[in-house]
Amino acid sequence: MSTIDQVQRVSSFDLWKLVKKTAFYLLVLFIVVVMVFPFYYAILTSFKSGTNLFIVTYWPHELNFANYLNVLQSAAFLQNFANSIIVATLTVLLSLLLAVTASYALSRVNFRGRGVLLMTILAVSMFPQIAVLAGLFELIRFYNLFNTLWALIFSYTIFSLPFTVWVLTTFMRDLPVEIEEAAIVDGATPWIIIWRVFLPLLWPAMVTTGLLAFIAAWNEYLFALTFTSSNSARTVPVAIALFSGNSEHEIPWGTIMAASVLVTAPLVVLVLIFQRKIISGLTAGGVKG
Amino acid sequence: MAELQLRDIRKSFGTVDVIKGVDLTINSGEFMVFVGPSGCGKSTLLRLIAGLETITGGTLAFDGQIVNNLAPSKRGIAMVFQSYALYPHMTVYDNMAFGMQLAHAGKEQIRERVEKAAELLQISPYLKRLPKQLSGGQRQRVAIGRAIVRDPKVFLFDEPLSNLDAALRVATRLEIAKLHHSMNGATMIYVTHDQVEAMTLADRICVLRDGIIEQVGTPVELYEQPQSIFVAGFIGSPKMNFLTGRFAEPYGAKTIGVRSEHIQIGPGEGAWTGKVIHSENLGSDSYVYADMGADEPVVVREDGTKKHQPGEPISIRPIPGQVHRFDAEGRPLGRQ
Repeated sequence: MSTIDQVQRVSSFDLWKLVKKTAFYLLVLFIVVVMVFPFYYAILTSFKSGTNLFIVTYWPHELNFANYLNVLQSAAFLQNFANSIIVATLTVLLSLLLAVTASYALSRVNFRGRGVLLMTILAVSMFPQIAVLAGLFELIRFYNLFNTLWALIFSYTIFSLPFTVWVLTTFMRDLPVEIEEAAIVDGATPWIIIWRVFLPLLWPAMVTTGLLAFIAAWNEYLFALTFTSSNSARTVPVAIALFSGNSEHEIPWGTIMAASVLVTAPLVVLVLIFQRKIISGLTAGGVKG
Repeated sequence: MAELQLRDIRKSFGTVDVIKGVDLTINSGEFMVFVGPSGCGKSTLLRLIAGLETITGGTLAFDGQIVNNLAPSKRGIAMVFQSYALYPHMTVYDNMAFGMQLAHAGKEQIRERVEKAAELLQISPYLKRLPKQLSGGQRQRVAIGRAIVRDPKVFLFDEPLSNLDAALRVATRLEIAKLHHSMNGATMIYVTHDQVEAMTLADRICVLRDGIIEQVGTPVELYEQPQSIFVAGFIGSPKMNFLTGRFAEPYGAKTIGVRSEHIQIGPGEGAWTGKVIHSENLGSDSYVYADMGADEPVVVREDGTKKHQPGEPISIRPIPGQVHRFDAEGRPLGRQ
């Protein structure tokens, strides 16, 4: 085979590689645009005012903070924002507390019907919200929780628990039994094993499931709409949907968009804070590696 | 520091009997090794002593006090696991101090004991490190250190050397032997499937098979007076040669067993003839595998580095008085 032949083969090979690479990045670009564009457009709109709202533009032309001021100066919205934070945080804390203790039992304690119980817990997450809405509403009325934050915390916890328990159980099952036995020999009670030995090892799973539970609670709409009737207990998604303009026929798009951008911020901040915690391999070194 | 009495100890998992009645006394300060093939129940027996498994039947007593229902931490034991089982998120110091912290010991007292144990095991420079920053051998030393800090009456080792490489295994074995001498008085129970570890470490060895004790004795007793074919085959490396049929008949036994070092090469009275299959040269000595027409090749140990070619004819004869005789049930009939 001559040298020229080789050179030609190499260059055509390079070309094919280049085409594949370009196609790949085009696909990535396409996906990113599709995912980011709606949010980008919301930000664009939130800075517009007046009739500009209805002129389609793709690049920022004006930087008008009127909508944001409007939102932030409304006492009702701040109340809703606080409600959302309280509901989502308490939901996460409550479900993690219940899930960690439940998953310890489900992964470490041998008892009759453990498999059935696990499947039942998973089955709970199959029910669509709308299917249990009426029953849940009756329960909440029964316990006198209607139009309180507890109604939302209670119902969100129910819906986040199956997922949280399931993930933590799987994760805890993979923790080496010897570590637990070493702790038992050291004189640790199950409670100490959970809090001082397992919890530090479960951080990645806790952060991931906690974050997902927080996002779910933060975005939830149907229950929030049904179980609240006044601003005192309303959360942000419902409040935004109920924003009204000066007249019946005006939809305040600018304010709605500004509020939407504002409620996204806590999620972004949370993910940025915790992404460092979402690391695997934390158990490295405890047992043979 | 503690004498252990096991009386008819039994353990079943569901319908499966794992330990089928073990009677054993482990003397105070003794280094006892449980040895046996995998699945013989040696680890289960250790876990019963530790309290990590509940005892199905029989009694377990420490210094005459029955501890069947006592929690592991109340029995005065410490355990070293095969996989080290260190707490990954704690420093070496915290790993060793955890047990004492749980027992609400004073800070000064904890530090004193941890530092003393660390010094003994030469891990003082690593006290601030996490387990993942240590090598396998260092991790196992930390695990042993954690056991020492508890100042137990009984040390339990569950195959502590299995995860180490060959060189480290020998070094750590020596450390454990030294530890036993320096911790004068502590009773140690050590589980292994490696008969070399058993022979080198033990004051007494307990050979287990299918959940019952096959034989208990000093390493030399087990080596010289095995009470069954099983023990004879399990203790000693290479494995004892077993011969039946025409080889055993002249000795008046169903089976005879001869160790490789108790066979001489060369013709003579009562010699067996056959062919060399293979020879292994280890430098100081060599092992010759010879086909004598029996089911398995006979292994012969020979001093020096003499070469034998495969296919070469060979005559061998057992040294008189070193032939172990066994009856049809595998029970010993004495040596001849």
